[in-house]
Amino acid sequence: MNSVKLFAWLTLALPLAGTIAIALIGRKLPGRGAGWLGSGALALSFASAIGALVSLQGLEHDHRQVVAVGWDYAETVGVDAQISLLVDPLSVFMILVVAGVSTLIHLYSVSYIGSDAGYVRFFAYLNFFVFSMLLLVLAGNFLLLIVGWAFVGAASYMLISFWYRRGTATEAGMKAFVINVLGDVGLVLGTYFIFKHAGTLDFLTTFESVQDDFAYNDADLVAGCILLLVGAFAKSAQVPLHTWLPDAMEGPTPVSALIHAATMVTAGVYLIARMHPLFEWAPIAANVGAIVGCVTLLVAGSIAIAVTDLKRVIAYSTMSQIGYMVMAVSAGAYAAGLFHLMTHAFFKALLFMAAGSVIAAMAGQQDLDKMGGFRRAMPFTFGCMVIGGLALAGVPPFSGFFSKDEILLLIGDRGGWYWILYVAGYLGALLTGVYTFRMIFRAFFGEPVAQARELEEGHLHHADVHTNPANDEVEDTEVGFPGPEHHIAEREPTMKIAMGTLALLAIVGGLLQIPKVTHVIDHFLEPSFADSTLYEREPSGGLIAFGLVLGALVGIAGIAVAYLIWVKNPQIAVRARERLAPVHLFLVNKWYFDELIDLLIVRPAQWFGAWAQQTFERVVVNGLLVGGTTGVVRAGSSAVRAAQTGFLRYYAALIVVGIVAMTLYFLLVS
Amino acid sequence: MAEVLFFLAGIGAVTGAIGVVALRNPFFSVLALVSHLVSLAALFLLLTAEFVAAAQVVVYAGAVMVLYVFVVAYVGGADEPLGPQAGRGLRLVAASFGAMLFVELVVALLGTGLKAVDSGGPTLDAGFGSANQIGELLLTKFLLAFEVASFLLLIAAVGAVVLARRRGGLTAEEDQARYSAMDLLRPAYTGTMAEAVGRRAIRPTVPALPVAAEDDVPPGSEDQDEDR
Amino acid sequence: MDIGWYLTVSALIFAIGAAGVLTRRSPLVVLLCLELMLNAANLALIAFARMHGNAEGQIFAIIVMVVAACEVTVGLGVIVAMRRRRLPIDVDELRELQG
Repeated sequence: MNSVKLFAWLTLALPLAGTIAIALIGRKLPGRGAGWLGSGALALSFASAIGALVSLQGLEHDHRQVVAVGWDYAETVGVDAQISLLVDPLSVFMILVVAGVSTLIHLYSVSYIGSDAGYVRFFAYLNFFVFSMLLLVLAGNFLLLIVGWAFVGAASYMLISFWYRRGTATEAGMKAFVINVLGDVGLVLGTYFIFKHAGTLDFLTTFESVQDDFAYNDADLVAGCILLLVGAFAKSAQVPLHTWLPDAMEGPTPVSALIHAATMVTAGVYLIARMHPLFEWAPIAANVGAIVGCVTLLVAGSIAIAVTDLKRVIAYSTMSQIGYMVMAVSAGAYAAGLFHLMTHAFFKALLFMAAGSVIAAMAGQQDLDKMGGFRRAMPFTFGCMVIGGLALAGVPPFSGFFSKDEILLLIGDRGGWYWILYVAGYLGALLTGVYTFRMIFRAFFGEPVAQARELEEGHLHHADVHTNPANDEVEDTEVGFPGPEHHIAEREPTMKIAMGTLALLAIVGGLLQIPKVTHVIDHFLEPSFADSTLYEREPSGGLIAFGLVLGALVGIAGIAVAYLIWVKNPQIAVRARERLAPVHLFLVNKWYFDELIDLLIVRPAQWFGAWAQQTFERVVVNGLLVGGTTGVVRAGSSAVRAAQTGFLRYYAALIVVGIVAMTLYFLLVS
Repeated sequence: MAEVLFFLAGIGAVTGAIGVVALRNPFFSVLALVSHLVSLAALFLLLTAEFVAAAQVVVYAGAVMVLYVFVVAYVGGADEPLGPQAGRGLRLVAASFGAMLFVELVVALLGTGLKAVDSGGPTLDAGFGSANQIGELLLTKFLLAFEVASFLLLIAAVGAVVLARRRGGLTAEEDQARYSAMDLLRPAYTGTMAEAVGRRAIRPTVPALPVAAEDDVPPGSEDQDEDR
Repeated sequence: MDIGWYLTVSALIFAIGAAGVLTRRSPLVVLLCLELMLNAANLALIAFARMHGNAEGQIFAIIVMVVAACEVTVGLGVIVAMRRRRLPIDVDELRELQG
């Protein structure tokens, strides 16, 4: 028991120590020392996570939920706020994924951000982010969960606006943060609704007594769960709180890989999985989650077909895949959803890393329209991209195939109206194949562009004048803007190691959970979901087989469609765009969600602010309240001042009058 | 006999008082006050306060009033007009409230619980009010008051001297005679009002250069230069 | 004579002095009227001393005279200073200490 707690605390403390160390001495380390320090701290954290895994597995099967209490933070009227960690298979699963993928991304960043003036700051922020995410995942009560949640939001903001002198980056950071805060509010309010009945903030205690504290589908519980879902949606970029994720691509590529693919956006999925007793006892909220997940995966998939920014395609892909995960954990397929979380972390981080390499070869340019034919110039990157793409599209035997298939299988198994989600899921899988390989074919096939040809000759393209790729504003390479050098995978061994490891994991990761053959994840996570009614399910063999075949077919069909349109016959794309121009416009403008939110929320808020300033502030506050009180005081004082005439005789007269009056009074009284 | 004297002295005192208030010329007011003081001294005598009466005549009527006369002579005892500034209303207020004050005091007097007011006072020891008794009291029982009073007189004397001494205005004469090395190094009339106002800097008395320099002078400034 | 008569005279002189302070415009005369009021108080003190058979009232009266003398000294000094600075010798003109 003790070693589990020790390893858990170590896992949490090492990235924090890394942050502090980098912040304090990072500048004094030679060369890329700060990067190695950060990567080292995380590697140790990962090792410690493995230690936690081993020691947890050493415990009895039923005793694998360990609460490690640090200290009592506050104990007031009914609120028990402790610094406590919950170490159970679910959290150990998450910390392994988080710490593992983070270590690889740190390794990648050592070279990728190598020439940036803010190198030390980057690693300090990145380590802090990992610490926050681990805190979120290891939290043993609502308080620490909220703290971790908020820290993660803050770290995300800091990293998105890492190149802080870029206007677009800072705006994107603010947008992400504001939407995240909305989620935070939902989370806190949801906690309140649950705490109202449960009387405790501790997870295990709340979960054990949920069926006693609440009625089935109790209004408070449903409200609380839906508010928790609001938090989850904001963090995981589900419709309608998703508009921040594409803009968050303004951050450096490792940031996109880590935060907006592998870890932070999966926090919502983790939340729903952790709160599964609550959701199972309030199925209305769970259904809401499933529906939103489904809608998101379709919306995001459709947008990804139309956008032309390389990183944004991958961002929408992330949104779509997380839609799958949210749908899964809302429908009770916890192990499947988490399995997909793991495999998605592998291949999505790989895709982002490869995209970063391509963008570096393009000297910062991210537009797909301007890319082409990098196949020969960057073979390693191409290979990684293809592996990631195959995994994403769900082609056997890559990992994405098995995880996505598992999700849809269990959703289909639930029956009833879940069949709609089943169909939608396969539709989404088709879209996934199409947009993934659209991206790959456009970037790597076709005529090599100038930058690719330069690279084939061995010279990495450099822009003479550095500009912001989004709006072509001129910038320099001092701190606050990207550095002067770009690093591609072919030339940097650390990037190769990181990408290679992920590629390997993307290929073999699926072996952990092949239907009917291996059940590693199912068994591992079982203690966490022992109280779930939906966990243990045995879908029929027919459904399993049907799902496997359909999944493979859909994936390959998607690739074929993409090949047809973008390699074989490029005219199809052009003609389709002309004929379906309104549809294309609708998709390219992201279903007009930004405009809708602007209309519904931003404009009224701005109007209100202007009204408050011009009318309320000016008339009521300054005029009535401040002016009024000062006016009253002034009137009073000028009335009193009238007595100070300056005439000596007047004063003397007042004295005499006073004396006469007093004497009169005393005469009368006596 | 005492009553006759009382009434004479009383009427004299009141007349003097009215004279102080009513006479226009300040000098006459001073004289009226002197007569009032003398009448008061008589009243004091009737009340067997010999020393105080003597002090009144010598100190008050003698020294203080003489001081007044000096100041009236210096300041100028011009007849003061009763101007419109808070004139009529204030006179009415003054008269009425003065009358009310008197009435109230008399009422207080008549209704007082002090029975002895109605009598002429107890029979006195010999030596009551004599210089002997006053001196003894001043130097024993009221020593502190005596000392403080003398201190007060000192302060008043010093204060009077300080107030009335001749003083210069805001410009100290000694400041104007200070010179420094800068006065020799910088051009003449630098930092003067003339320079600040925008008049051309006064040319030193050097013979004018031929025609070209003369043309530089704008027509209006010739006059200004001349009344240096 | 009864003491009451003396006190009445004192009250009358006091009231006349008060009316004079309010009415006159020359600070010199105002000071003179103040002297009147002080003298009225003196008379009252002496009368009460006679009434109580106690010379303490007379000592009080002497000290009052001392104070009056000091006050006159300083007051006249102020008037002389005003004259020297060519200020108008008129209490109505001197009213800069106003709100």
